Amino acid sequence: MSGIISDDRVTDLSKEEILRYGRHLILPEINIEGQKKLKAAKVLIVGVGGLGSPVALYLAAAGIGTLGLVDPDFVEESNLQRQIIHSSKDIDRPKTSSAKDKIQDLNPFVNVVTYNSTINSSNALDIAKGYDLIIDGTDNFQTRYLVNDVCVLLGIPNVYGSIFQFEGQASVFYAKEGPCYRCLLPAPPPPGLVPSCAQGGVLGVLPGIIGSIQAVEAIKLITGAGTPLIGKLLLFEALEMKFSRLRIEKDPNCPICGNHPTITKLIDYEEFCGLKTKEKPVDKISPLELKKLLDAGKKVQIIDIREPHEQAIFKFPQAKYIPFGQLLRRKNELDEKLDAIFICKIGQKSVFAIRLLQNAGYKGKLFNLDNGVNGWAEVDPSAPLY
Amino acid sequence: MAITLLIPTALRNFTDGKKEVQAEGKTVGEAVDNFANVYPDIKRHLYDEKGVLRAFINIFVGETNIKNLQGLDTPLKDGDTVMLVPAIAGGK
Ligand SMILES: [Zn+2]
Repeated sequence: MSGIISDDRVTDLSKEEILRYGRHLILPEINIEGQKKLKAAKVLIVGVGGLGSPVALYLAAAGIGTLGLVDPDFVEESNLQRQIIHSSKDIDRPKTSSAKDKIQDLNPFVNVVTYNSTINSSNALDIAKGYDLIIDGTDNFQTRYLVNDVCVLLGIPNVYGSIFQFEGQASVFYAKEGPCYRCLLPAPPPPGLVPSCAQGGVLGVLPGIIGSIQAVEAIKLITGAGTPLIGKLLLFEALEMKFSRLRIEKDPNCPICGNHPTITKLIDYEEFCGLKTKEKPVDKISPLELKKLLDAGKKVQIIDIREPHEQAIFKFPQAKYIPFGQLLRRKNELDEKLDAIFICKIGQKSVFAIRLLQNAGYKGKLFNLDNGVNGWAEVDPSAPLY
Repeated sequence: MAITLLIPTALRNFTDGKKEVQAEGKTVGEAVDNFANVYPDIKRHLYDEKGVLRAFINIFVGETNIKNLQGLDTPLKDGDTVMLVPAIAGGK
């Protein structure tokens, strides 16, 4: 295999480049021809966070000619546990700017293009046009389906990685030669069923491992070295330090890469992921209102749906603990005659808990604490942000 | 048939933290049903309101996706390893 970069695009390496990339040049699988392809390659990294950090650093070090960086976010303190391309001094800067500085310090031969905005159906094809492959380092299902569809429509590989707690997945979705993301996952989970890393946590090193695998796959695709992870799903589990490699196949009925595609242009991904359903908003209570109620000694039931190890970070005053997963089974422990206030870390999962009870026929009044424990920290100095 | 069911991190909240459980069943569907009866909190994650396996969960027997075998009717033999692989989206 000769890789995805055609020979007519390559240019010679300078003496400085030959010196810098010497350890690649003496690898027979890469050699000077592969290094020239890396120099000619244009790679788009969507998400410069946990996964995007190691991908951007390693691809820059490897001598990729052009790196595009897409991220609408600004660096926050809680990113620094894992997003190693950013530093403490970068807090509040756009992630794309912080990453660009770091890349140019590391390797001035790399041309960096930044997009400090959200990628969506209206701008994605314009942003992605001209890139040879996309690295999916996003953190939500709607953008993952968007990245997949862009890659299928443009005929380029999608180098996929995702992480949760101690577990990661990686694959190369390349519809020309194998399955796409939709072949594996025809539909996303309904909103609220699967916790995000902000809710469920993630080991800081984990994106380093999965992102490094994505970088390896990108280099293999570009240079033609080895066998890419097409048609294979790599699973990694850090606690048992276990890798598994599973076989995945193209779905002939896939709506975008199958025999009779029904998706021929980008769609509304928010809607596809069920984020636009017009559900009645749940009743909410602000941290200050709740504090006044408690100070006044009003009788309410506070239900904390966080997991036991999160309660150890902060015990919510007067709360009864019912972890989210046990809520339906234990709904009889709630008193329908008393107002119930639901608490989680950031006030999102608790909304799903309230809807779950309402759909199960619970008749009492249910309130969501705005911004959860993190909101409570505004009125209770003993409560930490985490 | 006695098989081993591997539980991913994302579903361990429902299995008292267990990483693997033993289950019985002649087919994948039977084994997963028997498992879900032992840990009822997990049912809503595995099946939708109509009792259909959710599209974001892939099941593998050994290295092979049951989509490319006989789906939930895929027969099992003693000692098989069945892995539940839900979609995860984290990356930030
Ligand atoms: Zn497909």
